[in-house]
Amino acid sequence: MTKLANEMTIAEAARTLRARELTVRELWDACAEAAEARNSDLNAFLEIFDADDATIAAAQERIDANDSSLLCGIPLAIKDNILIEGKIASAASKMLENYRATYDATVIKKLKEAGALFFGRTNMDEFAMGSSTEHSAFGPTKNPHDTARVPGGSSGGSATAVAAHMAIAALGSDTGGSIRQPAAFTGLVGLKPTYGAVSRSGLIPLGSSLDQIGPVAKTVEDARILYDAIRGEDALDSTTIPDGLYSTNPPTGGSTHLRVGVPRHLLREGVEADVLTAFDATLESLVQAGHTLVDVELPTSSHALAAYYVVMPAEVSTNLARLDGMRYGFAKRGETLLDDYLLSRTEGFGEETRRRILLGTFVLSSGYIDAYYRKADAARMVLRREFEKAFEACDVIASPTTPSPAFTFGEKSNPLAMYLEDIFTVTANLTGMPAISVPMGTVEREGPSTSFDSAQDKSLGIKKQLPVGIHFTAPHQEEDALFTIGRSVEDSR
Amino acid sequence: MATTEEVKKLAALARIKIGEAELEKFTSEFDAILAYVGQLEKLELPKSGDEKPVLRNVMREDGGPHAGGTLTQKLVEQFPQREGDALSVKQIISHD
Repeated sequence: MTKLANEMTIAEAARTLRARELTVRELWDACAEAAEARNSDLNAFLEIFDADDATIAAAQERIDANDSSLLCGIPLAIKDNILIEGKIASAASKMLENYRATYDATVIKKLKEAGALFFGRTNMDEFAMGSSTEHSAFGPTKNPHDTARVPGGSSGGSATAVAAHMAIAALGSDTGGSIRQPAAFTGLVGLKPTYGAVSRSGLIPLGSSLDQIGPVAKTVEDARILYDAIRGEDALDSTTIPDGLYSTNPPTGGSTHLRVGVPRHLLREGVEADVLTAFDATLESLVQAGHTLVDVELPTSSHALAAYYVVMPAEVSTNLARLDGMRYGFAKRGETLLDDYLLSRTEGFGEETRRRILLGTFVLSSGYIDAYYRKADAARMVLRREFEKAFEACDVIASPTTPSPAFTFGEKSNPLAMYLEDIFTVTANLTGMPAISVPMGTVEREGPSTSFDSAQDKSLGIKKQLPVGIHFTAPHQEEDALFTIGRSVEDSR
Repeated sequence: MATTEEVKKLAALARIKIGEAELEKFTSEFDAILAYVGQLEKLELPKSGDEKPVLRNVMREDGGPHAGGTLTQKLVEQFPQREGDALSVKQIISHD
């Protein structure tokens, strides 16, 4: 074997396990060794689970019996807002630091049935609010490509865990780009499925009309394997959808040659020059591979981020109202019952969480709900119609995943600057359409002038290659088109 | 434009305490964020009315209950304070 076991993809590991060249135990131990060596520096995992002998033995038995589940015996990293029965699920918040999940999320149930192993729970921005993992109550996660930089967020721990080969693949959650942006920053593939494709039962909610659980993986094939395992209608989440709910017109360009829509008007400003160069080069390689490019206009897209930062905080303020220090979670006691609520919420929530709760309370308050929330909700519908219209002329719509590569710690201390990170990714959450980020090469950046800690100062002036991603959106339930175009991008590199 | 008074009031509604120092910071950040999302005001939206709603209600029959008491221990173990299987909270109505 030329590759270490922990560096394999799901597909490779599954093959090697079945060829009897590797055991489930050896695969687990390889991940554990990598985590032992790197996690204290990278802080990808909030907790690494002990190897469970019975589960490992059961997975090995299934493989020995040539079980067809490719995920059998594969160690996965799970974002800390997805419930695994008996394990802590803190959403990287002091509020839920000691909260132990009383049931399995539906995705966890499905993965257990598939024989997958859970390696650990990964760091994230508190309650998934952020784009850098700097808002975790338990310290930031570092980007393995340059430890002076963020891995993106909010699923930054999941991305770093996979990019640093401490787990074979991971689950993240995506409310405005939280799977795709960290995947782009760490050179991985990240998929935000169609809203309703994957059950949210057992996901600690952020914005319930936007949230989806999805894979963070090394390849498009791996993302597909994980997606296939977790998707499906679920009685425990009434927003899940049956197959074929949206009309599924076969892509007119044929299943392998797609029409790629490019909204040039959105790329004229704000995107860094070398990111745009990488994007254009990738599009060119897609043309070489037989796909065609189409100009598309999405005029309301320029307002998408504004609409998102109204809808999302509104849902945050509602969802997090349940955390009051009464029945579970962080509980601080004062003089009166009101003090109990105030103290528990003020000390339990971090700054960004409190900021968004207040914003949400504001946009929903009676004087402002028409100007902000209802307007944003209406804009969301217009945006969806625009995308549906655009998809009459193309099969997927492409953009860079982010305007720039991974930024340095503290670089986006202004909340609005951080919010602008999501500019290309939020539309898919607002429209409910599926979207994928696939690596499209690297760009070069110098070490930061002010670094995260003094030990990093030696990186000053050293040039690093940082991954960037290309982003595709498809119509509802057309994940297949995303996998096809994603594979094309991989093949061209 | 948000005022410190407004932010204070929102915080009270959201059951969050904000210190004086933090209040200034939050208010100015609020202004920047609201100025940004305020661009929505300029967005002209088509008149709606004949549009079919995209969302639909999903109903299901009541059914499949689990046996009583099977989850009780797991849930009460999370209580910050308890008396037996009961959640213990402050007295809300006082007698004096």
